[in-house]
Amino acid sequence: MFANFDFDVIRRSLGYLFLDGMTFTLTLTALSAVGGIIFGTLIALMRLSGFRLLGRIAGLYVDFMRSLPLVLVIFWFYFLVPYVGQWVTGASRPIAVGAFTSALVTFIMFEAAYFSEIMRAGIQSISKGQPAAANALGLTYAQTMRYVVLPQAFRNMLPVLLTQTIVLFQDTSLVYVLSMPDFLGAASKVAQRDGRLVEMYLFAAVVYFTISCAASFAVRRLQARISIVR
Amino acid sequence: MSYNWNWSIFFEPAPGGTGTYFDMLLRGLWLTIQTGVFAWIIALVLGSIIGVLRTLPSKTAYWVGFAYVEFFRNMPLLVQLFLWFFVLPELLPRSWGLWLKQMPHAPFYTAAVGIGLFMSARVAVQLAAGIASLPRGQKQAATALGLTTFQAYRYVLLPIAFRIIMPPLTSEFLNTIKNTAVAITIGLIELTGQARSMQEFSFQVFEAFTAATVMYLLINIIVVTGMRYLERSLAIPGYITGK
Amino acid sequence: MKRNAMIGYTLAAALCAGPAMAQELTGTLKKIKETGAITLGFRDSSVPFSYLDDSQKPVGYAMDICYKIVDAVKKELKLDKLEVKLNPVTSSTRIPLMANGTVDLECGSTTNNAERQKQVWFTNTHFLTASRFVSKKSSKINSIEDLKGKPVVSTSGTTNIKQLTEASAARNLGINIIPAKDHAEAFLMVETDRAVAFVMDDILLASLVAGSKAPGDYVISKDAFSKPEPYGIMLRKDDQAFKKVADAATAAVYTGGEGQKIYDKWFTQKIPPKGLNLNVPIDAKLKNQFAKPSDSPDPDSYK
Repeated sequence: MFANFDFDVIRRSLGYLFLDGMTFTLTLTALSAVGGIIFGTLIALMRLSGFRLLGRIAGLYVDFMRSLPLVLVIFWFYFLVPYVGQWVTGASRPIAVGAFTSALVTFIMFEAAYFSEIMRAGIQSISKGQPAAANALGLTYAQTMRYVVLPQAFRNMLPVLLTQTIVLFQDTSLVYVLSMPDFLGAASKVAQRDGRLVEMYLFAAVVYFTISCAASFAVRRLQARISIVR
Repeated sequence: MSYNWNWSIFFEPAPGGTGTYFDMLLRGLWLTIQTGVFAWIIALVLGSIIGVLRTLPSKTAYWVGFAYVEFFRNMPLLVQLFLWFFVLPELLPRSWGLWLKQMPHAPFYTAAVGIGLFMSARVAVQLAAGIASLPRGQKQAATALGLTTFQAYRYVLLPIAFRIIMPPLTSEFLNTIKNTAVAITIGLIELTGQARSMQEFSFQVFEAFTAATVMYLLINIIVVTGMRYLERSLAIPGYITGK
Repeated sequence: MKRNAMIGYTLAAALCAGPAMAQELTGTLKKIKETGAITLGFRDSSVPFSYLDDSQKPVGYAMDICYKIVDAVKKELKLDKLEVKLNPVTSSTRIPLMANGTVDLECGSTTNNAERQKQVWFTNTHFLTASRFVSKKSSKINSIEDLKGKPVVSTSGTTNIKQLTEASAARNLGINIIPAKDHAEAFLMVETDRAVAFVMDDILLASLVAGSKAPGDYVISKDAFSKPEPYGIMLRKDDQAFKKVADAATAAVYTGGEGQKIYDKWFTQKIPPKGLNLNVPIDAKLKNQFAKPSDSPDPDSYK
């Protein structure tokens, strides 16, 4: 079955696959996770702010994003972001954003909807007495959030946030539809050029599997440690 | 915004003489629903079996369930679809592979099975958690009544566990429908695919994607409403307080 | 943008290349001047027009022509340095990405037709090719009629998939049309028997076959879905000033003999990544086009 396999094609393209492809994937994952968590936290704060209108807007945003397939959102943003940039900056022409920036904006906006739900649960898990105590100490709302609530919420939710980041890592493979050179894109370019798709796709599957597995194992250990501390 | 809007594009005939652009999108919507429902049935059946395996006392059963879930959870769906579509037929004996490849509607079946397997791992996790959340007394009481393990699951544990996990199952069903869009990479022209074709033929990018977006929102609203109704009608009075 | 106007542009550009700078810059030229960068859209697998070589760098016949335009833009704007950014495009994304300013020139194998002229503009034609299909010899498909009811692949967003859709409807063939992301993926569908045929421009089919594992297994159809249609480098619509520079630059390349040299480099000599030689000498129509460059979308205007 594996007789006419050419595993050498993998060795020959390792440099491109990892130095270009995996770097693209990991950079996109890391920056999107950071951006998504920050933006997601803001959305969660809006929902819990007590201002009806703000909460409504944030809620609609989350529901809206969560109703759409990521592939459709990726298409939307790739074509739309330059116009939005033009509108925001008031420029006379659409702002040229490269493939990477466009993908990054897409993933931040999309994943924020998911991260915000996690952060919302995290914030709600903090007992009401804590912000009340902070308030009694004379801390402002911003200070209460910054020094009391968010650090704990973030800490409690860290395993879930990281699990979502593993999902995000897998989701970045969808930039394939735009011909971007992420890890899967790189693998498929080599596969198609050399007609070696069986080898390349199997290899890509093994790499994604190994990384995700190792990461989720690490998250599980972290979770065990955190739950003991608590 | 320097873009020429043309909302009447939906009523113009699409190339191919099979109706208007709007008809094209409706065909995509229908295929999205078909693929999603087919995949969901597979996900529910397999997910239930694996979910139960994970809660059985047998160590082997637990590990089978564990390995299954890890296998399908730790690879991007896109990669899994590529494995089923491009790699699997090459690994099979030539005549089987050829049969698989030349089967009519190959992208549809590959997508439904591929997405079904991918989602079954998630259903399994939800169900295992649901069963684990039941008080231990339930299982013990069932055993005390003389029920076999099968009967205990069939008549006591599963009916309650499924009711408990109804809300997460609703969102997994919606995820299944959304995930069908990934199948455009193996040539399935579902809703996102039709929107993309419409964009390519008519050059009206934003109209096409807006229409697809609205259709996905409608699917969501209908599914959420329907599931809520189902949840309420299945609720056991006095047992689980529905949301 | 008919031929007479073209010659006018070429002359005008040649005569007043210097003083033209006094004018206010607009559109793409203004953007390039301000940002110091120009973005070229390239393709993954449009061999030999625009594709990735061994080091995954975009190369090809259309890329070489684009770099000539870049040189002309640099000279026109009197820039010391002009950064060239590269952005991957597919047949499906190229027109929206041109409209939304992501790419400034699309260097590939884009058919210039009247319908697309409503969205984008093209500079002088760099190739002419007809739409045909490739299939395995073993599947014994000799005509378009033989495709009846069969799975046939084409690249999504191309004129070819549209012609296939229309032909299938007009001749009542009920072809099961599968869209692929790019040419390599589409060819793969035929190679792995997912589809019986791949409908595409014949030159692209020829290079895919030549680059495949077993070139002898494939045959390109005699039947064509279209007349030989012109390929052009795509640029934004309504950008007169930029088009003028691009037209003048390409016209100079084609009429000055350099066009023939670039053509020979990609079509009659060994090309990366595998050292393939396509052996497609220049034909009479393209020779005439090089002598009198035109950007007409009308296939009948090329003789």
